[in-house]
Amino acid sequence: MHDDNALFSEFGIDLWRRMSQDLNYNVMFSPRGIINLAHSDAQMNTFARRGNSMRLNGIDAELLNREQVREIIPMADFSENVRFPIFGGLMQPSAGTARHDAVAWGYARQADSMGVDIIQNCEVTGFDIANGKINGVRTSRGDIKVKKIGLCVAGSTNILAEKLNMTLPVETHLLQACVSEPVKPVLDRVVTFGAGHFYISQSDKGEMVMGGDLDGYNSYAQRGNLPTLQHVLTEGIAMMPFLSKLKMLRTWGGIMDMSMDGSPIIDKTHIEGLYLNCGWCYGGFKATPASGWTFAHTIAQDRVHELNAGYSLNRFNTGHLLDEKGLGTKTWIS
Amino acid sequence: MLHIKCPHCGMRSQNEFSYGGDASVKRPELNKEISDQDWDNFVYNRKSLRGKHLELWQHISGCRQWIKVERDTATHEIFKTMTANEDNL
Repeated sequence: MHDDNALFSEFGIDLWRRMSQDLNYNVMFSPRGIINLAHSDAQMNTFARRGNSMRLNGIDAELLNREQVREIIPMADFSENVRFPIFGGLMQPSAGTARHDAVAWGYARQADSMGVDIIQNCEVTGFDIANGKINGVRTSRGDIKVKKIGLCVAGSTNILAEKLNMTLPVETHLLQACVSEPVKPVLDRVVTFGAGHFYISQSDKGEMVMGGDLDGYNSYAQRGNLPTLQHVLTEGIAMMPFLSKLKMLRTWGGIMDMSMDGSPIIDKTHIEGLYLNCGWCYGGFKATPASGWTFAHTIAQDRVHELNAGYSLNRFNTGHLLDEKGLGTKTWIS
Repeated sequence: MLHIKCPHCGMRSQNEFSYGGDASVKRPELNKEISDQDWDNFVYNRKSLRGKHLELWQHISGCRQWIKVERDTATHEIFKTMTANEDNL
């Protein structure tokens, strides 16, 4: 609901729309729309306000009542005697999904053809800093002299920050996702549950793609823990009971930077020539093109673009937090 | 599933506990001049170590006491648990 986040994301959506052309690679971008379900009058009011703030920034948003939601997702539980009845929902019709592998491959191939060297299986072991200026990076395969470094290593930000003697407003946590066996087309939107943390969409292969809460404690494990998965799927079954009949095909866990206000950091640092891009929480994928574009601008021009001016590292010190959900710090501690 | 040995109740499953974050963070002393940086470090900045990590948990579905747990954040191995008022190791 903050202008900084809204305008940044909208800029990103424009780049998503042309990404397959820009990268000459089909990223299977599918702006199928997202519906955030509301389960009380209070939540409907909140969503109306959220929708209005989106529309004021020129972003499409529609508040749907119960019957309108039922028309779009009839497979959700609309019975009367449920714990979290569906009152309605907020829909952003232009939101959607893309094939994550294709995005990574497309970027890699296009970067490579433009002369970028991608060095795999190469760990950063340290940095050369003299007089507050970055001079090089030490890796497991040798040293590299540099003038500028862009540090963009979601999940490992804290580890590299430690090598730079920096302590960041970021913690590393684990998020799980899962897919079911493929079924016939049943769901043509992305839907989120409003009484907890659960999202679902259906892939082109027919798998139901689902996820939700963090495991909840600091983790670098890169594998999930069952209690969270059970909790997340309980929410899913409460929302769409037919899910209980599906078999689970895969689950996986990945580590991510949880920033203290839920918004990312794209900024210069106190070390000259070192630029930081981190703290994407759960939402890094949707921001990929806008994040890359503004980070490239910040590195090349040695100053932030107006689109990422709000994502400053010192906002926690100055009090200009971008607390998108109004939940305060450390939202994973419930 | 983590198994956490509550110092009051014994070995229990993770489901009974709620996480409370880094236990090595110290609140700045009251009645003293506190710099913005000190508050920043207390409220926002975290080391988020990979490896041994001292953290707070609350046994919400048990004795409801806060406890300290020393856990490896990469392997989930738990080395030690202690009451919240015990000194750090």
